[in-house]
Amino acid sequence: MALKNKDLLGLRGLSKDEIEEILDTAELMKYILEQDHKRTPHLQGRSIVTLFYENSTRTRLSFELASKYMSASMANVSASSSSVAKGESLIDTGKTIESMGADVIVIRHPVSGAPHLLAKHVKASVINAGDGINEHPTQALLDMFTIRQKKGTLCKLKVAIIGDILHSRVARSNIWGLTTMGAEVRVAGPATLIPPDIEGMGVKVFYNADNAIKGADVVMGLRLQKERQQKGLLPSIREYTSLFGINRERMLLARKDALIMHPGPINRGVEISSDIADGEQSSINEQVTNGVAVRMALLYLLTRRNKDAMH
Amino acid sequence: MLCIKNGIVVDGVSPKPYKADILVDGDKIVEIDYGLSTSADTVIDATGKYVLPGLVDAHCHLREPGFEYKEDIGSGTRSAVAGGFTSIACMPNTKPVVDNGALVRFIKMRAREEEAAKVYPIAAVTKGLNGEELTEMWELKEAGAVALSDDGRPIMNSRIMRLALQYAKGLHMLIISHCEDLELAGDGVMNEGYMSTVLGFKGISRAAEEVMVARDIILAETLDAPIHIAHVSTRGSVELIRQAKRRGVKVTCETAPHYFSATDEWVDGYDANTKVNPPLRTGDDVEAIKEGLRDGTIDIIATDHAPHHRDEKEVEYSLAASGISGFETAFSLAYTHLVEAGVISLPQLVEKMSKRPAEILNIEGGKLEVGKTADIIVVDLARVFTVDVSQFYSKGKNSPFHGHTLKGKVVHTIVDGRVIMENERITV
Ligand SMILES: [Zn+2]
Ligand SMILES: [Zn+2]
Repeated sequence: MALKNKDLLGLRGLSKDEIEEILDTAELMKYILEQDHKRTPHLQGRSIVTLFYENSTRTRLSFELASKYMSASMANVSASSSSVAKGESLIDTGKTIESMGADVIVIRHPVSGAPHLLAKHVKASVINAGDGINEHPTQALLDMFTIRQKKGTLCKLKVAIIGDILHSRVARSNIWGLTTMGAEVRVAGPATLIPPDIEGMGVKVFYNADNAIKGADVVMGLRLQKERQQKGLLPSIREYTSLFGINRERMLLARKDALIMHPGPINRGVEISSDIADGEQSSINEQVTNGVAVRMALLYLLTRRNKDAMH
Repeated sequence: MLCIKNGIVVDGVSPKPYKADILVDGDKIVEIDYGLSTSADTVIDATGKYVLPGLVDAHCHLREPGFEYKEDIGSGTRSAVAGGFTSIACMPNTKPVVDNGALVRFIKMRAREEEAAKVYPIAAVTKGLNGEELTEMWELKEAGAVALSDDGRPIMNSRIMRLALQYAKGLHMLIISHCEDLELAGDGVMNEGYMSTVLGFKGISRAAEEVMVARDIILAETLDAPIHIAHVSTRGSVELIRQAKRRGVKVTCETAPHYFSATDEWVDGYDANTKVNPPLRTGDDVEAIKEGLRDGTIDIIATDHAPHHRDEKEVEYSLAASGISGFETAFSLAYTHLVEAGVISLPQLVEKMSKRPAEILNIEGGKLEVGKTADIIVVDLARVFTVDVSQFYSKGKNSPFHGHTLKGKVVHTIVDGRVIMENERITV
């Protein structure tokens, strides 16, 4: 069993078997991470390049550590968002990186579909580390990994995703992945932040956070960009917080053992209250650890795939 | 003398096709009859093929002056002829903008030099397409502009649009409106709906088009002025125009081949060749467009031929230029998706791609009759072929139909009595 495609562009179209393979491999990687000597030779001789057109400390660091723990050569390329607009060709940049010997290119880009364009033009494996408002598959995989570790399974779990669904690539990837794994996904947010016809993706839509959280096994908050209010999508942050903020009172509606998640970075007191974010139901810090394990698993599976194809 | 022998003629006047030979002397049709025995020096054997009036395109972009790297009048008019268009009306959003008489004359002169399709410039409604100050419409008309449009941009200010309609009416000039509310369209890049949700794109709602269609209908209605709505793409727009026509509003409209041949599902895969403005809509809209063509709500099919350079399309979707290179697939798409599919008949297709556009622009063409200018095409309706953009005469290879199999192809094109395309090869 291996991954079907050379790239990981999104969880849309990934099969249940493929997702399970990634999560199972991540279990092994997490075991390695728990050792004092965190180093394996799995990626020896391989080279990983991250190409980030948006700032991100945690995702990039997570990929960097994942590569280093597995003995890969790794380099970071920072391209500012403005260089996208300046017409520096993504394809040219990708080909240059490939010519220097990259086996895997990890890309984050402000435009949806940019990793797909890159993947079409390079032979290296491309991992999408977040594209526009489309997908952030490695984040969703680490979320799913975390849920599976805590709950034993994903099947039939009720997962409530609360907040700005429209602009959230984390939400989209989680919806694709979780529905594939048989979870019941609910989304809730102000009507202006729910994308049209999202029911077609297999989720239940709520415009009321209480109803979405009722009986949930997992409650996932999303980062609310303050500019949404400036653009008129919200009357005020205050009203957002009172309607959709995840707080102790609302969490009483969820199952007693419900897990609280957030992809970070958190706007404390906006989408989630501090006592909840730091409370014992919260798995926010563990999500970060699991992120490294999941990325190790992906790098391993994708480079192994290349090797298999060569022999 | 030129004789087109043994073809089946759809003349744009008779409701039924008939078998006949067509004799051309100089730039005029001199005889249409069956079994003409002539000593014509050039004979085109049209046995088994159909002979139609040259197609007339009321909406295209030739990019010259200013964007010759995308297309120029030479490549654009050859591309038009390859697609069976003998007369084309080009939009003024060039650099500089066609908002003065000198530029109108320049385009006409350049087209005459190229000796391919005949070009009728459409001039700007507002200076520099700024949406604020009216152009000197009388001067533009004198120079040869056949209509006015700020295409590519909407005239957002309703007062300016109203004044433009009023002033143009006094000069008997037609305004062609690109209907798009820029605030509603926002930073959307494709149709808003299930597919934009699935692909993670900001959407452009149908309302962005429809509120402007409604506005323009109301303005035209209250002024009793004519208006032509460009590239209708939604069910709602079709319905608004249908109702307006019933009330007697002087509104005409066009759609483009991609709005009845493709849907927003084509965006899956992030190929920027599917990016166009207005965006590809849903299957339901496609059905409504077909119904509008069938019942006459949609008067004509125009290409909105919008060539772009490869470098402007092989980029991230949101950054890619909008538009489809349309001349060389228009007839085949219309034949395949409308005539073969039983939506309209071949004579109706001729009406929508030749006769009516000529009438709306008030230019010659659209009919095969003795004494008329010899703008004629011969089409092979049995021909099944695969679209290959590398074979386009247009510099713009940006077509989402590349690799698609279509039926019906233009094989010969005659402009002003001269064979400009023979056996699918341009001769000039
Ligand atoms: Zn337009
Ligand atoms: Zn146009």
